[in-house]
Amino acid sequence: MSATEISAPFEQAKPMRRPWQRDLAGVLIIGVAAVAGYFLFPDNLALLTRIIAIMLLVLSLDLVTGYCGVATLGHAALFGAGAYAAGIAAVTFGITEPLSMVAIGAIAGAVAGLVSGVVILRGHGLAQLVLSIAVIHLFHEAANKASTYTGGSDGLSGIAPDPVFGLFAFDLWGRTAYVFGIGLLILVFVLLRILVRSPFGTLCRGIRQDPIRVSAMGASVKASLIKMYVISGAVAGVGGALNAVSTQVVGLDSLSFTNSAEALVMLVLGGAGSLYGALVGTIVFMWFEHVVSAANPFHWLTIVGALLIAVVLFAPKGLYGTAVTLMKRFIGSRQ
Amino acid sequence: MSAIFEVERLKKSFGGLDVTKDVSLSMAKGDRIALIGPNGAGKTTFVNLVTGHLQPNSGRVLMDGEDISKFNPMRRVKAGLVRSFQVTRLFSEMTPEEHVALAILQREGKSGRLAGNFHAMPQVMREMGSILETLNLGTLATVPVGEIAYGQQRLLEIALAMALRPKVLLLDEPAAGVPHSDTFLIENALAQLPDDLAVLMIEHDMDLVFRFAKRVVVLAAGEIIFDGSPRAVTDDARVREAYLGSYAHASSAA
Amino acid sequence: MQVFFSIGVDALAYGMVLFIISIGLSVTMGLMRVVNLAHGAFAMIGGYIASYAARDLGLPYGFAIILAVIGTIIIAIPLERFLYRRIYGAPELTQVLMTIGITFCVIGLANYVFGPTLKTIPLPAELQGPVNLGFRTIAAHKLFAIGCGVVVALGLWFLIERTSFGVKLRASVDNTAMAASLGVRTRIVYAASFALAVGLAAFGGVIGAELLPVEPYYALRYMVTFLVVVSVGGAGSIPGALIACLLLGAIDTTGRYLVPEYGEFFFYLAVIAIVWVFPRGLLGRAK
Repeated sequence: MSATEISAPFEQAKPMRRPWQRDLAGVLIIGVAAVAGYFLFPDNLALLTRIIAIMLLVLSLDLVTGYCGVATLGHAALFGAGAYAAGIAAVTFGITEPLSMVAIGAIAGAVAGLVSGVVILRGHGLAQLVLSIAVIHLFHEAANKASTYTGGSDGLSGIAPDPVFGLFAFDLWGRTAYVFGIGLLILVFVLLRILVRSPFGTLCRGIRQDPIRVSAMGASVKASLIKMYVISGAVAGVGGALNAVSTQVVGLDSLSFTNSAEALVMLVLGGAGSLYGALVGTIVFMWFEHVVSAANPFHWLTIVGALLIAVVLFAPKGLYGTAVTLMKRFIGSRQ
Repeated sequence: MSAIFEVERLKKSFGGLDVTKDVSLSMAKGDRIALIGPNGAGKTTFVNLVTGHLQPNSGRVLMDGEDISKFNPMRRVKAGLVRSFQVTRLFSEMTPEEHVALAILQREGKSGRLAGNFHAMPQVMREMGSILETLNLGTLATVPVGEIAYGQQRLLEIALAMALRPKVLLLDEPAAGVPHSDTFLIENALAQLPDDLAVLMIEHDMDLVFRFAKRVVVLAAGEIIFDGSPRAVTDDARVREAYLGSYAHASSAA
Repeated sequence: MQVFFSIGVDALAYGMVLFIISIGLSVTMGLMRVVNLAHGAFAMIGGYIASYAARDLGLPYGFAIILAVIGTIIIAIPLERFLYRRIYGAPELTQVLMTIGITFCVIGLANYVFGPTLKTIPLPAELQGPVNLGFRTIAAHKLFAIGCGVVVALGLWFLIERTSFGVKLRASVDNTAMAASLGVRTRIVYAASFALAVGLAAFGGVIGAELLPVEPYYALRYMVTFLVVVSVGGAGSIPGALIACLLLGAIDTTGRYLVPEYGEFFFYLAVIAIVWVFPRGLLGRAK
């Protein structure tokens, strides 16, 4: 066997540089969509900013559920921790510089991720699910009772962030908040693209597919999952902090079971295990919610339920996953 | 010739049933040992005891003179004790390339890195390429494992073991599930294992055993009843009894 | 002492109601390995039917119970046939999503049909007011709930340990493939136990309406409680479920009496502690 033969198949590996181009394309798409959103829906910028915050939550959930295979119904705990931390930092401790608030949110989210990761990963299957539900209720009750800091069931209000970089004040129309949110989203997206391609990202995908094989390679499944939980917490915490900065209030609903369950619905709707899927699912779900609840709030839950059943039955890979499969089949049939 | 791997008086019982009775075994660098035995002899239990997936009632496992009996399975892998699985355990959505790269990165302690990609690590790429080429998996390097044939998945199991660069390799029926006509592929792959690696193979395919092993160990009803050359094994009275009389004797250990 | 006694009675009544509702979930989870988050929704449907029958139609209480059980089973049959059968053996996440989807649908529809208010099920005269036990008096409906729990536990024990259906059920729980090859029609066993589970949930929903009030978010509010029972007791174990129910009933009731402000907080903390110590359930089998 000659040396040229050995290296031949790996010449094809060269185009693997492409992921960088795909990331750039992804960033461009987000950018174009952001600009389009800004001009098409100038009256709905607050909604769009909320969508961005929830996108960060769903991306964060994707890391543990889509990439690592942990089923959780308590992921809003990480988002809420970030939101409350940023809010409390501003209201109680007077830290109103927006980037610092986001950093505090990320740290609080990471800590919440560590705590809930350690708790949730103790069990498997049903026990894991029960622990995740108990965790979100526990966080919810804790925030409810610590009303001195959190405002309890009235919510935490009076968050007044400074202008971004000392230049761009948060305006009534939510323009600054929107641009701030887009900036954070692009930053997180790029970092996560790097993460999911990294050796650690590959390891986590391996854990989802066969944890026993991973441990037979000498890697610690649990330590890796907890590490991913911490990263995931930081991402969700940024989302929570963005929500606190942009809406200037934090409510108990950010720490609710419903918020957790909806995030899971959005992820699965878009397609778990893909960052694009998380983004697509969030936009579709929240826009749909906006339209439907404006028309008839009574039916919203019924429709979400029906949507979920339909996705499980007809598009288990989610919208993005199904689209990719169809595209591949289309390209394949043309060749 | 010093032993790289030693099992000292390993005992395990489930309830009142002694599944492993006082098993001792020693391996030196470069050993090629086949562990055979009738069904229910306790071979799988032995592997699980050695790899740390089961706790023995008594006895020790030593690696290079170091007692690894208290190590969990992960630390044993890090100490150089690697196993393969009787039924293929692979990541069905990932490619052979990713499998081997992950194993190499794990061996080098880089699998926790949050940035970078193995495609940009020339050393990893080179080693991965040579392992896959050695096992004739080069052309399948970028095909998801779920889409490749079972025999080739078995080869990838061996590739993973090679990538981890173990000192001692336990192969649990490497040819299981592979059509007899393709066994030679596995055999060729085994021939590519490094010379100084100590290999213990559990196998039912006696042709493969006789061609591969320099030494055969026979386990029956939880005990080692034979340890010697492949040529002598078929003539051994106890081995003949264990196999041919297995219905009468081994049923209590099943 | 009075407080202690009240807590004891309430805890027992609450635990028994939990048991009646959750035991079906435990059996189906042990049998079909479906993480069914919609189980509470069936209890809620039972409550709504009974409330409608007894309050709006003025039917007698006993009749309302029967109607609730049968009605809920009738509603559940198409769900089992067209939705649940698709997720037997599917990954857990799929099961969670499907059953949470069903839960959301049921909540939305209940909200639409019956409105967001609490629905009461008027008790018959015999169950109203206190019963004098000689040394203490306790509310009759609580005594009734406890009695029902005991009857259900004994009935299930008899059904599973002493009847041929029980033999088939146990065989199917242990090893479905083996049972099928021995001639047990596992599909029928599945369907029958699903119906039994749903019927018991509806029964518990009606009996327990005084303790777990019927309203649209019932299915979501008590979801974790029912799941915890199964998780703590070990799927498929009747004694495990009974112990878990009594334990959780005691924790929850004690919390409500002694620290009403932090009741739920301590309940969830206890849940985490229990599952932490027994990740496979008190009497669960290692898999």
